[in-house]
Amino acid sequence: MTATAGQVGLTGPPPTDPGRRPRRKGRAPRSARSREANRAGLLLISPTLLIVTVAVVLPILWAVALAFQRVRLINVRGTGVIGEYTLANFTNVLTSPGSFGALGTTVVYSVCGTALAIGIGLIAALALRTPFRGRGAIRAALLLPYIAPVVAATFVWSTMLNPQFGVVNWFGTEVLGWEAPIAFLSQRSLPVSVLGMQVEIPIALVTVILFEAWRSFPFAFLFLTARLAAVPDVLDEAARIDGATPTQRFRHILLPQLLPTIAVLSVLRFIWTFNNFDDIYLLTGGGAGTEVVAVRVFDYLTARGDIGAASAQALLLAAVLAVLVTLYLKLFGRQEESS
Amino acid sequence: MSSTANARRTSGGTSGDATRRGFNRDRFETGLFRVLRPVVVVLLLLVALLPFYYMILLSFRSLDSLLQNPGALWISIDEVDLGTYRDVLAPVAAGGQGFVAFLRNSLLVALGTVAMTLLVTIPGSYAVSRLQFFGRRQVSGLFLAVYFFPSVLLAVPLFVLFTQLGLRGSLVGLVLVYVSQVAAVSIYTLRNYFATVPVALEEAASIDGASRLQILRRISLPLAMPAVVSNGLFIFMIAWNEFLFALLLLVERRDAWTVSLGLSQLSGSIEVPTTVLMAGSVILTLPIVVLFFAAERLLTGGLTAGAEKG
Repeated sequence: MTATAGQVGLTGPPPTDPGRRPRRKGRAPRSARSREANRAGLLLISPTLLIVTVAVVLPILWAVALAFQRVRLINVRGTGVIGEYTLANFTNVLTSPGSFGALGTTVVYSVCGTALAIGIGLIAALALRTPFRGRGAIRAALLLPYIAPVVAATFVWSTMLNPQFGVVNWFGTEVLGWEAPIAFLSQRSLPVSVLGMQVEIPIALVTVILFEAWRSFPFAFLFLTARLAAVPDVLDEAARIDGATPTQRFRHILLPQLLPTIAVLSVLRFIWTFNNFDDIYLLTGGGAGTEVVAVRVFDYLTARGDIGAASAQALLLAAVLAVLVTLYLKLFGRQEESS
Repeated sequence: MSSTANARRTSGGTSGDATRRGFNRDRFETGLFRVLRPVVVVLLLLVALLPFYYMILLSFRSLDSLLQNPGALWISIDEVDLGTYRDVLAPVAAGGQGFVAFLRNSLLVALGTVAMTLLVTIPGSYAVSRLQFFGRRQVSGLFLAVYFFPSVLLAVPLFVLFTQLGLRGSLVGLVLVYVSQVAAVSIYTLRNYFATVPVALEEAASIDGASRLQILRRISLPLAMPAVVSNGLFIFMIAWNEFLFALLLLVERRDAWTVSLGLSQLSGSIEVPTTVLMAGSVILTLPIVVLFFAAERLLTGGLTAGAEKG
């Protein structure tokens, strides 16, 4: 559900609590008023908490249990929490062909997708910084790729890239003089000669990365536009008077102001791209060298009906993600300190 | 920046040469960006909008005309073929693709998700923003964690659970899953708005003898209404666009398919012409785009609220 992106990320730090009192000794609130607040709070939060517990927390705990059991879809009806626990699923998942390849693909896909999306978003935000007639409409129009349903977006892309009747291949063969149409979404690699050297381009992977960039740059654009609006004009003005050129003003005035936002964006986009299933499944079905871990989980679950392996693979995905994000936060935190 | 600027200022005082070079570079860059800016804006617009234009264009063409002339980016008015929309909307019994039924399902699921989510998260977010209760911090942390969980990890046990309960193919089951997925987001956005409602107002009502629920309903909720509406629109969009859970839980029952699922399933078969499905894509996308532009101010406001804190 990456479409949810918009909200949480952008709402910033939680508000300070107006009802907060200095902590007293002991846990239980003492006065009648705070006892009442405690009761009312628990009462009001309980429906949400119940739903989240039943539909998210318990299933995830169960998924952990399933990952350590040999469960297949055929014998699923008899499965409970208590069963024979084994590490077989993890060894199966890790030793099956293409396991580390999928992880590598996921990392490449997320890193490149995130970087491109943020890069394009930054360019868009800068290009639309100074007001002009129709800027509001253009800004709104640029958000379309992000709000459009993923199924419709992927369908249009695959039609545009279709080798038989897609407009891209028509343009390529008729106008650009390609020798043959390119199967962007089903061809693993495309030999291209650059400066006389033969280079194999992983064309399907590149295409899904470009799709990801197209689809999520508006998110970065929105974020950075909001942050740009908050940069005081005075700074820029002062630098201009001091004779700083536009690139210098960007490098030394704007960029330092934008960096924390870019850092937050990187984490958010990376997490969402890393977990992404829809885009790749709908574009290539995970074929032609684009199999990411999320698609593998889905295949284990539906094509092979191997629930244990699917859970194990999904757990590995979550674990790798957690490690990478922690690593990033550590590195980034240190950078902040030193600068 | 200070070092560069200072260097330039001091050197500018002593040697006019450096100043002139700086001035030239400045003029060059300013001129360059003046030219580049509109180019970039036009390029971005093209890249962002061309696929949607292509979608609409193809939805009005027959497959034959597409195969004959795949490069046409413009069609004359008498080439417009509305048969695609007829085909895609008509029920299966009448030889169509049954998108009207899909639309009904999507609408039911999306509206159901909005109603149920707001019903539980309005009191929930009020509690998180206003009331100091036992475990509040942990609850907030839990919701945040839920938000970043890979949905595919959740998909496995839910798939198994729904299979066991025989709930696969049920729209109600899907709504429950959606509510649990968006509840965290909803609480996160709503509580920020509740926090902006002056405490004094609530205290005044409390002194007048209003109960907690009355305060929430009569004072806080009306004041947070813009946030509630934009939040509802967002939840609607998420539920309407969602694909993974719809695929896992509904795929065996065609009469329960949502528009997203229907489009993805039919696009895999060669029997349905691409242009008919393009009409389906337009039908899937249009409600979201209309909603977005109708409420754009509200939505982008909600999107960026607090973003300036970085």
